[in-house]
Amino acid sequence: MKNKYSIFSLIKNAFSQHENWKQAWGNPEPKKEYEAVIVGGGGHGLATAYYLAKKHNMKNIAVLEKGWIGGGNTGRNTTIIRSNYLWDASAGLYDHALKIWENLSQELNYNIMFSQRGVMNLAHNLQDVRDLKRRTHANRLNGIDAVWLDTKQVKEFCPIINISQDIRYPVLGGTLQRRAGTARHDAVAWGYARGADAMGVDIIQNCEVKGIKRNGDQVEGLDTTKGFIKTKKIGVVAAGHSSVIANMAGLKLPLESKPLQALVSEPVKPIIDTVVMSNAVHAYVSQSDKGELVIGAGTDAYISYTQRGSHDVVEGTLKAILELYPIFSRMKMLRQWGGIVDICPDASPIISKTNIKGLYFNCGWGTGGFKATPGSGDLFAHTIANDEPHKLNAAFNLNRFVSGDLVDEHGAAAVAH
Amino acid sequence: MFVINCPYCGERDQSEFSCGGEAHILRPKQPTELSDDEWAEYLFMRKNIKGVQFERWNHAHGCRKWFNMVRDTSNDKIHAVYKMGEKPPVI
Repeated sequence: MKNKYSIFSLIKNAFSQHENWKQAWGNPEPKKEYEAVIVGGGGHGLATAYYLAKKHNMKNIAVLEKGWIGGGNTGRNTTIIRSNYLWDASAGLYDHALKIWENLSQELNYNIMFSQRGVMNLAHNLQDVRDLKRRTHANRLNGIDAVWLDTKQVKEFCPIINISQDIRYPVLGGTLQRRAGTARHDAVAWGYARGADAMGVDIIQNCEVKGIKRNGDQVEGLDTTKGFIKTKKIGVVAAGHSSVIANMAGLKLPLESKPLQALVSEPVKPIIDTVVMSNAVHAYVSQSDKGELVIGAGTDAYISYTQRGSHDVVEGTLKAILELYPIFSRMKMLRQWGGIVDICPDASPIISKTNIKGLYFNCGWGTGGFKATPGSGDLFAHTIANDEPHKLNAAFNLNRFVSGDLVDEHGAAAVAH
Repeated sequence: MFVINCPYCGERDQSEFSCGGEAHILRPKQPTELSDDEWAEYLFMRKNIKGVQFERWNHAHGCRKWFNMVRDTSNDKIHAVYKMGEKPPVI
Protein backbone atom coordinates (compact mmCIF):
# COMPACT_ATOMS: atom_id res chain seq x y z
CA MET A 1 0.00 0.00 0.00
CA LYS A 2 1.36 3.38 -0.91
CA ASN A 3 2.08 5.78 1.89
CA LYS A 4 1.69 3.31 4.75
CA TYR A 5 0.68 5.01 7.97
CA SER A 6 2.83 4.27 11.02
CA ILE A 7 4.58 5.99 13.88
CA PHE A 8 7.60 6.42 11.59
CA SER A 9 5.65 8.08 8.78
CA LEU A 10 4.09 10.35 11.40
CA ILE A 11 7.50 11.40 12.74
CA LYS A 12 8.93 11.81 9.24
CA ASN A 13 6.05 14.04 8.17
CA ALA A 14 6.27 16.07 11.36
CA PHE A 15 9.63 17.40 10.09
CA SER A 16 7.88 18.90 7.06
CA GLN A 17 4.99 20.34 9.10
CA HIS A 18 2.69 17.60 7.76
CA GLU A 19 2.54 19.32 4.38
CA ASN A 20 3.83 16.41 2.32
CA TRP A 21 1.28 13.70 3.04
CA LYS A 22 0.16 12.11 -0.20
CA GLN A 23 -3.53 12.11 -1.15
CA ALA A 24 -5.20 9.06 0.37
CA TRP A 25 -7.13 8.31 -2.85
CA GLY A 26 -7.15 9.65 -6.37
CA ASN A 27 -9.64 11.67 -8.33
CA PRO A 28 -9.76 9.92 -11.74
CA GLU A 29 -12.00 10.55 -14.73
CA PRO A 30 -14.16 7.52 -15.59
CA LYS A 31 -12.82 5.02 -18.13
CA LYS A 32 -15.03 3.89 -21.01
CA GLU A 33 -15.56 0.42 -19.60
CA TYR A 34 -15.30 -1.43 -16.28
CA GLU A 35 -15.62 -5.03 -15.19
CA ALA A 36 -18.03 -3.87 -12.48
CA VAL A 37 -19.44 -0.53 -11.35
CA ILE A 38 -20.63 0.18 -7.82
CA VAL A 39 -23.26 2.90 -7.57
CA GLY A 40 -22.92 4.75 -4.27
CA GLY A 41 -19.74 5.81 -2.52
CA GLY A 42 -20.80 5.36 1.06
CA GLY A 43 -19.27 2.89 3.48
CA HIS A 44 -21.14 -0.09 2.03
CA GLY A 45 -20.27 0.77 -1.59
CA LEU A 46 -16.60 1.45 -0.88
CA ALA A 47 -16.35 -1.73 1.21
CA THR A 48 -17.92 -3.68 -1.68
CA ALA A 49 -15.31 -2.32 -4.10
CA TYR A 50 -12.54 -3.01 -1.58
CA TYR A 51 -13.51 -6.68 -1.15
CA LEU A 52 -14.14 -7.16 -4.89
CA ALA A 53 -10.55 -6.08 -5.50
CA LYS A 54 -9.05 -7.83 -2.50
CA LYS A 55 -10.86 -11.16 -2.35
CA HIS A 56 -12.18 -11.62 -5.87
CA ASN A 57 -9.32 -10.11 -7.84
CA MET A 58 -11.53 -7.68 -9.77
CA LYS A 59 -9.31 -4.63 -10.25
CA ASN A 60 -10.99 -2.86 -13.13
CA ILE A 61 -13.88 -1.48 -11.15
CA ALA A 62 -15.30 1.94 -10.32
CA VAL A 63 -17.33 3.45 -7.52
CA LEU A 64 -19.66 6.24 -8.66
CA GLU A 65 -20.74 8.78 -6.07
CA LYS A 66 -23.11 11.64 -6.88
CA GLY A 67 -21.78 13.82 -4.07
CA TRP A 68 -18.65 13.19 -2.05
CA ILE A 69 -17.73 9.84 -0.52
CA GLY A 70 -19.22 9.20 2.90
CA GLY A 71 -21.44 12.30 2.60
CA GLY A 72 -24.72 10.41 2.76
CA ASN A 73 -25.88 8.13 5.53
CA THR A 74 -22.32 7.04 6.31
CA GLY A 75 -21.64 10.53 7.62
CA ARG A 76 -25.08 10.97 9.18
CA ASN A 77 -25.60 7.96 11.43
CA THR A 78 -25.01 7.57 15.16
CA THR A 79 -22.10 5.12 14.62
CA ILE A 80 -23.51 2.29 16.74
CA ILE A 81 -22.21 -1.21 16.08
CA ARG A 82 -23.80 -4.33 17.58
CA SER A 83 -24.93 -7.77 16.47
CA ASN A 84 -27.54 -8.78 19.05
CA TYR A 85 -30.31 -9.54 16.55
CA LEU A 86 -33.02 -12.09 17.24
CA TRP A 87 -33.21 -14.31 14.16
CA ASP A 88 -30.46 -16.70 13.09
CA ALA A 89 -30.07 -15.13 9.64
CA SER A 90 -29.69 -11.63 11.10
CA ALA A 91 -27.38 -12.80 13.86
CA GLY A 92 -25.16 -14.46 11.26
CA LEU A 93 -25.09 -11.36 9.08
CA TYR A 94 -24.42 -8.77 11.78
CA ASP A 95 -21.96 -10.85 13.75
CA HIS A 96 -20.00 -11.51 10.55
CA ALA A 97 -19.67 -7.72 10.30
CA LEU A 98 -18.75 -7.32 13.96
CA LYS A 99 -15.94 -9.86 13.60
CA ILE A 100 -14.50 -7.87 10.68
CA TRP A 101 -14.84 -4.60 12.67
CA GLU A 102 -12.66 -6.07 15.42
CA ASN A 103 -9.62 -6.15 13.16
CA LEU A 104 -10.52 -3.49 10.59
CA SER A 105 -8.13 -0.72 11.66
CA GLN A 106 -5.20 -3.11 11.25
CA GLU A 107 -6.48 -4.52 7.98
CA LEU A 108 -6.98 -1.09 6.43
CA ASN A 109 -3.93 0.51 8.08
CA TYR A 110 -6.36 3.26 8.97
CA ASN A 111 -7.60 4.13 12.44
CA ILE A 112 -11.36 3.78 12.34
CA MET A 113 -11.49 4.37 16.10
CA PHE A 114 -13.47 1.20 16.77
CA SER A 115 -14.40 1.23 20.43
CA GLN A 116 -16.04 -1.80 22.06
CA ARG A 117 -17.66 0.20 24.82
CA GLY A 118 -20.73 -2.00 24.96
CA VAL A 119 -24.31 -1.38 23.92
CA MET A 120 -27.09 -1.58 26.48
CA ASN A 121 -30.74 -1.97 25.46
CA LEU A 122 -33.23 -0.92 28.12
CA ALA A 123 -36.58 -2.53 28.91
CA HIS A 124 -39.38 -0.19 29.94
CA ASN A 125 -42.39 -2.48 30.20
CA LEU A 126 -43.18 -6.11 30.83
CA GLN A 127 -43.26 -6.98 27.13
CA ASP A 128 -39.82 -5.38 26.66
CA VAL A 129 -38.51 -7.54 29.52
CA ARG A 130 -39.86 -10.71 27.90
CA ASP A 131 -38.64 -9.77 24.40
CA LEU A 132 -35.18 -8.74 25.54
CA LYS A 133 -34.71 -11.84 27.70
CA ARG A 134 -35.78 -14.00 24.79
CA ARG A 135 -33.35 -12.16 22.54
CA THR A 136 -30.54 -12.65 25.04
CA HIS A 137 -31.13 -16.40 24.95
CA ALA A 138 -31.35 -16.43 21.14
CA ASN A 139 -28.09 -14.44 20.93
CA ARG A 140 -26.25 -16.84 23.19
CA LEU A 141 -27.45 -19.84 21.19
CA ASN A 142 -25.93 -18.10 18.17
CA GLY A 143 -22.63 -17.51 19.95
CA ILE A 144 -23.21 -13.79 20.39
CA ASP A 145 -22.32 -12.34 23.78
CA ALA A 146 -25.38 -11.01 25.57
CA VAL A 147 -26.35 -10.68 29.20
CA TRP A 148 -29.51 -9.61 30.99
CA LEU A 149 -29.07 -6.87 33.61
CA ASP A 150 -31.63 -6.07 36.28
CA THR A 151 -32.39 -2.45 37.16
CA LYS A 152 -29.64 -2.24 39.77
CA GLN A 153 -27.05 -3.66 37.40
CA VAL A 154 -28.14 -1.18 34.71
CA LYS A 155 -27.49 1.63 37.19
CA GLU A 156 -24.09 0.18 38.07
CA PHE A 157 -23.09 -0.07 34.43
CA CYS A 158 -24.32 3.44 33.56
CA PRO A 159 -24.69 5.51 36.74
CA ILE A 160 -26.34 8.56 35.15
CA ILE A 161 -29.51 6.66 34.24
CA ASN A 162 -32.56 7.57 36.27
CA ILE A 163 -33.97 4.30 37.64
CA SER A 164 -36.82 5.85 39.59
CA GLN A 165 -39.85 3.62 39.19
CA ASP A 166 -42.12 6.68 39.21
CA ILE A 167 -41.29 7.92 35.72
CA ARG A 168 -43.57 7.29 32.75
CA TYR A 169 -41.34 4.55 31.29
CA PRO A 170 -39.32 3.18 34.22
CA VAL A 171 -36.19 1.10 33.64
CA LEU A 172 -37.08 -2.54 34.35
CA GLY A 173 -33.74 -3.93 33.24
CA GLY A 174 -31.77 -4.25 30.06
CA THR A 175 -29.46 -6.30 27.90
CA LEU A 176 -25.77 -5.70 27.39
CA GLN A 177 -23.55 -6.72 24.50
CA ARG A 178 -20.01 -5.95 25.59
CA ARG A 179 -18.41 -6.55 22.18
CA ALA A 180 -20.67 -3.89 20.68
CA GLY A 181 -19.71 -0.23 20.51
CA THR A 182 -18.98 2.58 18.08
CA ALA A 183 -16.55 3.56 15.33
CA ARG A 184 -15.65 6.82 13.63
CA HIS A 185 -18.08 6.80 10.69
CA ASP A 186 -16.15 9.05 8.27
CA ALA A 187 -12.96 7.10 8.87
CA VAL A 188 -14.70 3.91 7.76
CA ALA A 189 -15.51 5.43 4.36
CA TRP A 190 -12.07 7.01 4.07
CA GLY A 191 -10.25 3.85 5.14
CA TYR A 192 -12.09 1.70 2.59
CA ALA A 193 -11.65 4.37 -0.11
CA ARG A 194 -7.91 4.47 0.50
CA GLY A 195 -7.68 0.67 0.55
CA ALA A 196 -9.72 0.27 -2.64
CA ASP A 197 -7.82 3.05 -4.43
CA ALA A 198 -4.50 1.38 -3.57
CA MET A 199 -5.69 -1.75 -5.39
CA GLY A 200 -6.63 0.21 -8.52
CA VAL A 201 -10.32 0.95 -7.94
CA ASP A 202 -11.46 4.23 -9.53
CA ILE A 203 -13.41 6.34 -7.02
CA ILE A 204 -15.36 8.86 -9.06
CA GLN A 205 -17.05 11.60 -7.08
CA ASN A 206 -19.58 14.16 -8.33
CA CYS A 207 -20.82 11.60 -10.82
CA GLU A 208 -24.56 10.94 -10.70
CA VAL A 209 -26.18 7.98 -12.42
CA LYS A 210 -28.96 9.13 -14.75
CA GLY A 211 -29.98 5.89 -16.43
CA ILE A 212 -29.28 2.19 -16.74
CA LYS A 213 -28.94 0.72 -20.23
CA ARG A 214 -30.24 -2.78 -20.79
CA ASN A 215 -30.11 -5.17 -23.67
CA GLY A 216 -33.03 -7.45 -23.01
CA ASP A 217 -32.50 -8.66 -19.47
CA GLN A 218 -28.74 -8.00 -19.37
CA VAL A 219 -27.32 -4.64 -18.21
CA GLU A 220 -24.97 -2.92 -20.65
CA GLY A 221 -23.91 0.21 -18.83
CA LEU A 222 -24.84 3.43 -17.12
CA ASP A 223 -25.65 6.95 -18.26
CA THR A 224 -23.98 9.34 -15.86
CA THR A 225 -23.32 13.05 -15.55
CA LYS A 226 -19.79 12.20 -16.74
CA GLY A 227 -20.95 10.30 -19.81
CA PHE A 228 -21.80 6.70 -20.65
CA ILE A 229 -19.91 3.94 -18.82
CA LYS A 230 -19.99 0.43 -20.22
CA THR A 231 -20.18 -2.50 -17.79
CA LYS A 232 -21.74 -5.94 -17.46
CA LYS A 233 -22.09 -5.80 -13.67
CA ILE A 234 -23.72 -3.04 -11.65
CA GLY A 235 -23.90 -3.19 -7.86
CA VAL A 236 -26.28 -0.59 -6.47
CA VAL A 237 -25.66 0.55 -2.90
CA ALA A 238 -27.61 3.80 -2.94
CA ALA A 239 -29.40 3.63 0.45
CA GLY A 240 -32.38 6.02 0.45
CA HIS A 241 -32.13 6.46 -3.32
CA SER A 242 -32.19 2.72 -4.18
CA SER A 243 -35.73 2.93 -5.57
CA VAL A 244 -34.72 5.85 -7.79
CA ILE A 245 -31.95 3.76 -9.37
CA ALA A 246 -34.22 0.69 -9.54
CA ASN A 247 -36.83 2.69 -11.43
CA MET A 248 -34.16 3.53 -14.06
CA ALA A 249 -33.85 -0.20 -14.75
CA GLY A 250 -37.61 -0.68 -14.77
CA LEU A 251 -37.56 -2.46 -11.43
CA LYS A 252 -39.73 -1.92 -8.35
CA LEU A 253 -38.37 -2.65 -4.88
CA PRO A 254 -40.23 -3.27 -1.61
CA LEU A 255 -38.83 -0.08 -0.08
CA GLU A 256 -40.02 3.16 1.43
CA SER A 257 -37.57 6.03 1.95
CA LYS A 258 -37.96 8.15 5.05
CA PRO A 259 -35.94 10.79 6.88
CA LEU A 260 -34.16 9.60 10.02
CA GLN A 261 -32.74 12.20 12.36
CA ALA A 262 -29.84 12.49 14.70
CA LEU A 263 -28.42 15.33 16.73
CA VAL A 264 -25.37 16.19 18.78
CA SER A 265 -24.95 18.39 21.82
CA GLU A 266 -22.22 20.84 22.72
CA PRO A 267 -19.08 18.94 23.78
CA VAL A 268 -18.70 18.15 27.49
CA LYS A 269 -16.31 16.10 29.59
CA PRO A 270 -16.75 12.29 29.57
CA ILE A 271 -20.07 11.43 31.20
CA ILE A 272 -21.32 8.30 29.44
CA ASP A 273 -18.82 5.60 28.46
CA THR A 274 -21.22 3.22 26.71
CA VAL A 275 -24.12 3.28 24.26
CA VAL A 276 -27.63 3.14 25.70
CA MET A 277 -30.64 2.43 23.52
CA SER A 278 -34.29 2.48 24.50
CA ASN A 279 -36.62 0.76 22.12
CA ALA A 280 -39.92 1.65 23.77
CA VAL A 281 -39.28 5.41 23.95
CA HIS A 282 -37.05 5.50 20.88
CA ALA A 283 -34.10 7.29 22.38
CA TYR A 284 -30.49 6.35 22.19
CA VAL A 285 -27.40 8.14 23.32
CA SER A 286 -23.65 7.81 23.38
CA GLN A 287 -20.75 10.25 23.62
CA SER A 288 -18.29 10.96 20.84
CA ASP A 289 -14.56 11.27 21.42
CA LYS A 290 -14.99 15.02 20.97
CA GLY A 291 -17.36 14.98 23.94
CA GLU A 292 -20.63 15.59 22.13
CA LEU A 293 -23.65 13.56 23.12
CA VAL A 294 -24.75 11.69 20.00
CA ILE A 295 -28.50 11.21 20.05
CA GLY A 296 -30.54 9.18 17.60
CA ALA A 297 -34.19 9.97 17.00
CA GLY A 298 -36.86 8.15 15.01
CA THR A 299 -37.99 8.26 11.40
CA ASP A 300 -40.73 10.44 10.02
CA ALA A 301 -43.75 8.28 9.26
CA TYR A 302 -44.02 9.30 5.59
CA ILE A 303 -41.92 8.99 2.44
CA SER A 304 -39.62 11.94 1.96
CA TYR A 305 -36.22 12.59 0.38
CA THR A 306 -35.71 15.96 2.07
CA GLN A 307 -32.82 14.98 4.41
CA ARG A 308 -34.40 17.12 7.13
CA GLY A 309 -36.91 15.37 9.36
CA SER A 310 -39.68 16.77 11.53
CA HIS A 311 -39.34 18.77 14.70
CA ASP A 312 -41.92 16.76 16.64
CA VAL A 313 -39.84 13.59 16.19
CA VAL A 314 -36.80 15.23 17.78
CA GLU A 315 -38.97 16.69 20.52
CA GLY A 316 -40.31 13.23 21.41
CA THR A 317 -36.81 11.77 21.58
CA LEU A 318 -35.47 14.58 23.75
CA LYS A 319 -38.39 14.26 26.17
CA ALA A 320 -37.48 10.60 26.65
CA ILE A 321 -33.77 11.40 27.01
CA LEU A 322 -34.50 14.00 29.69
CA GLU A 323 -36.64 11.61 31.69
CA LEU A 324 -33.96 8.92 31.58
CA TYR A 325 -31.03 11.32 32.09
CA PRO A 326 -32.17 14.34 34.11
CA ILE A 327 -28.48 15.36 34.28
CA PHE A 328 -28.70 16.46 30.62
CA SER A 329 -31.49 18.97 31.22
CA ARG A 330 -29.27 22.01 30.63
CA MET A 331 -27.31 20.65 27.67
CA LYS A 332 -27.54 22.65 24.48
CA MET A 333 -27.97 20.85 21.19
CA LEU A 334 -25.42 21.91 18.62
CA ARG A 335 -26.48 20.34 15.35
CA GLN A 336 -29.40 18.32 13.96
CA TRP A 337 -29.63 16.59 10.60
CA GLY A 338 -31.52 13.94 8.67
CA GLY A 339 -30.55 11.11 6.37
CA ILE A 340 -32.83 9.18 4.04
CA VAL A 341 -33.20 5.54 5.02
CA ASP A 342 -34.75 2.87 2.81
CA ILE A 343 -36.93 0.57 4.86
CA CYS A 344 -38.07 -2.93 3.90
CA PRO A 345 -41.44 -4.27 5.06
CA ASP A 346 -39.62 -6.80 7.29
CA ALA A 347 -36.96 -4.30 8.42
CA SER A 348 -34.18 -6.53 7.09
CA PRO A 349 -31.81 -5.65 4.27
CA ILE A 350 -31.68 -6.92 0.70
CA ILE A 351 -28.30 -8.16 -0.59
CA SER A 352 -29.37 -9.82 -3.76
CA LYS A 353 -29.33 -10.55 -7.44
CA THR A 354 -32.32 -9.30 -9.43
CA ASN A 355 -34.16 -10.75 -12.40
CA ILE A 356 -32.05 -8.45 -14.59
CA LYS A 357 -28.70 -10.10 -15.35
CA GLY A 358 -25.73 -8.18 -13.99
CA LEU A 359 -27.83 -5.94 -11.74
CA TYR A 360 -27.37 -6.40 -8.01
CA PHE A 361 -28.90 -4.52 -5.10
CA ASN A 362 -27.63 -3.96 -1.59
CA CYS A 363 -30.34 -1.90 0.09
CA GLY A 364 -33.12 -1.82 2.66
CA TRP A 365 -30.78 -1.34 5.62
CA GLY A 366 -33.29 1.06 7.08
CA THR A 367 -32.21 2.70 10.29
CA GLY A 368 -29.35 0.33 11.08
CA GLY A 369 -26.94 -0.09 8.20
CA PHE A 370 -23.76 1.42 9.59
CA LYS A 371 -23.03 -1.49 11.94
CA ALA A 372 -23.05 -3.90 9.00
CA THR A 373 -20.74 -1.92 6.71
CA PRO A 374 -17.77 -4.36 6.49
CA GLY A 375 -19.94 -7.49 6.41
CA SER A 376 -22.32 -5.98 3.90
CA GLY A 377 -19.43 -5.06 1.58
CA ASP A 378 -17.84 -8.47 1.93
CA LEU A 379 -21.05 -10.40 1.19
CA PHE A 380 -22.18 -8.09 -1.60
CA ALA A 381 -18.77 -8.43 -3.26
CA HIS A 382 -19.14 -12.22 -3.04
CA THR A 383 -22.62 -12.01 -4.58
CA ILE A 384 -21.45 -9.81 -7.47
CA ALA A 385 -18.26 -11.77 -8.18
CA ASN A 386 -19.89 -15.22 -8.13
CA ASP A 387 -23.36 -14.24 -9.32
CA GLU A 388 -24.53 -16.25 -6.31
CA PRO A 389 -25.12 -15.17 -2.70
CA HIS A 390 -22.83 -16.23 0.13
CA LYS A 391 -24.59 -18.50 2.63
CA LEU A 392 -24.69 -15.61 5.13
CA ASN A 393 -26.73 -13.39 2.82
CA ALA A 394 -28.78 -16.08 1.05
CA ALA A 395 -31.77 -15.33 3.30
CA PHE A 396 -31.61 -11.65 2.37
CA ASN A 397 -32.62 -12.15 -1.25
CA LEU A 398 -35.20 -10.10 -3.09
CA ASN A 399 -37.28 -13.19 -3.76
CA ARG A 400 -38.27 -13.51 -0.09
CA PHE A 401 -41.06 -11.04 -0.73
CA VAL A 402 -42.52 -13.49 -3.25
CA SER A 403 -41.88 -16.70 -1.31
CA GLY A 404 -42.98 -15.18 2.00
CA ASP A 405 -39.81 -16.34 3.75
CA LEU A 406 -39.27 -12.96 5.43
CA VAL A 407 -36.60 -12.17 8.01
CA ASP A 408 -39.00 -10.39 10.30
CA GLU A 409 -36.83 -8.22 12.52
CA HIS A 410 -39.58 -5.60 12.77
CA GLY A 411 -40.08 -5.12 16.46
CA ALA A 412 -37.71 -8.01 17.17
CA ALA A 413 -34.62 -5.89 16.54
CA ALA A 414 -33.10 -4.01 19.41
CA VAL A 415 -34.55 -0.70 18.34
CA ALA A 416 -37.83 0.20 16.66
CA HIS A 417 -37.48 0.68 12.92
CA MET B 1 -42.95 18.62 8.98
CA PHE B 2 -45.62 20.56 7.14
CA VAL B 3 -49.21 21.72 7.31
CA ILE B 4 -51.91 19.59 5.68
CA ASN B 5 -55.23 20.97 4.53
CA CYS B 6 -57.60 18.21 5.62
CA PRO B 7 -60.60 18.20 3.26
CA TYR B 8 -62.89 17.88 6.30
CA CYS B 9 -61.18 19.93 9.05
CA GLY B 10 -58.97 22.47 7.26
CA GLU B 11 -55.31 23.22 7.95
CA ARG B 12 -53.62 21.20 10.68
CA ASP B 13 -50.08 20.16 11.63
CA GLN B 14 -48.78 17.07 9.85
CA SER B 15 -48.16 15.46 13.26
CA GLU B 16 -51.96 15.03 13.59
CA PHE B 17 -51.98 12.80 10.52
CA SER B 18 -50.68 9.38 9.66
CA CYS B 19 -49.50 8.43 6.20
CA GLY B 20 -50.91 5.34 4.52
CA GLY B 21 -48.35 5.21 1.74
CA GLU B 22 -48.81 5.01 -2.01
CA ALA B 23 -52.38 5.64 -3.20
CA HIS B 24 -54.43 3.98 -5.91
CA ILE B 25 -53.15 0.45 -5.35
CA LEU B 26 -56.26 -1.57 -6.05
CA ARG B 27 -57.12 -4.54 -3.89
CA PRO B 28 -57.20 -7.62 -6.14
CA LYS B 29 -60.73 -8.48 -7.20
CA GLN B 30 -60.03 -12.23 -7.20
CA PRO B 31 -57.43 -12.81 -4.45
CA THR B 32 -57.61 -16.59 -4.85
CA GLU B 33 -56.55 -16.30 -8.50
CA LEU B 34 -53.32 -14.42 -7.73
CA SER B 35 -49.87 -15.90 -8.26
CA ASP B 36 -47.14 -15.40 -5.64
CA ASP B 37 -45.54 -12.76 -7.89
CA GLU B 38 -48.78 -10.84 -8.12
CA TRP B 39 -49.27 -10.99 -4.36
CA ALA B 40 -45.74 -9.69 -3.80
CA GLU B 41 -46.41 -6.86 -6.24
CA TYR B 42 -49.64 -5.92 -4.46
CA LEU B 43 -48.38 -6.29 -0.88
CA PHE B 44 -44.77 -5.14 -0.97
CA MET B 45 -43.54 -3.49 -4.18
CA ARG B 46 -43.73 0.29 -4.12
CA LYS B 47 -42.77 3.08 -6.52
CA ASN B 48 -41.21 5.05 -3.62
CA ILE B 49 -41.01 8.07 -5.89
CA LYS B 50 -38.59 10.95 -5.44
CA GLY B 51 -40.79 13.69 -6.82
CA VAL B 52 -44.54 14.02 -7.23
CA GLN B 53 -46.28 11.16 -5.46
CA PHE B 54 -49.94 10.25 -4.93
CA GLU B 55 -50.50 8.99 -1.39
CA ARG B 56 -53.12 8.21 1.25
CA TRP B 57 -53.35 10.04 4.55
CA ASN B 58 -55.53 9.66 7.62
CA HIS B 59 -56.42 12.49 10.00
CA ALA B 60 -55.66 10.17 12.93
CA HIS B 61 -55.85 12.81 15.68
CA GLY B 62 -58.75 14.68 14.10
CA CYS B 63 -61.73 13.50 12.09
CA ARG B 64 -60.10 10.09 11.51
CA LYS B 65 -61.13 10.19 7.86
CA TRP B 66 -58.94 8.96 5.00
CA PHE B 67 -58.16 11.12 1.99
CA ASN B 68 -55.64 11.36 -0.83
CA MET B 69 -52.85 13.83 -1.32
CA VAL B 70 -50.38 14.76 -4.06
CA ARG B 71 -47.02 15.71 -2.57
CA ASP B 72 -43.52 16.24 -3.92
CA THR B 73 -41.36 13.98 -1.78
CA SER B 74 -38.19 15.83 -2.76
CA ASN B 75 -39.31 19.03 -1.00
CA ASP B 76 -42.51 18.06 0.88
CA LYS B 77 -44.55 20.58 -1.12
CA ILE B 78 -48.24 19.60 -1.28
CA HIS B 79 -49.83 20.03 -4.72
CA ALA B 80 -53.37 18.81 -4.08
CA VAL B 81 -55.64 17.20 -1.51
CA TYR B 82 -58.72 15.24 -2.62
CA LYS B 83 -61.28 12.94 -1.05
CA MET B 84 -61.37 9.18 -1.36
CA GLY B 85 -63.22 8.11 -4.46
CA GLU B 86 -62.57 11.39 -6.28
CA LYS B 87 -60.60 11.32 -9.50
CA PRO B 88 -56.91 12.11 -8.98
CA PRO B 89 -55.95 15.55 -10.33
CA VAL B 90 -53.56 15.82 -13.26
CA ILE B 91 -50.27 17.29 -11.97
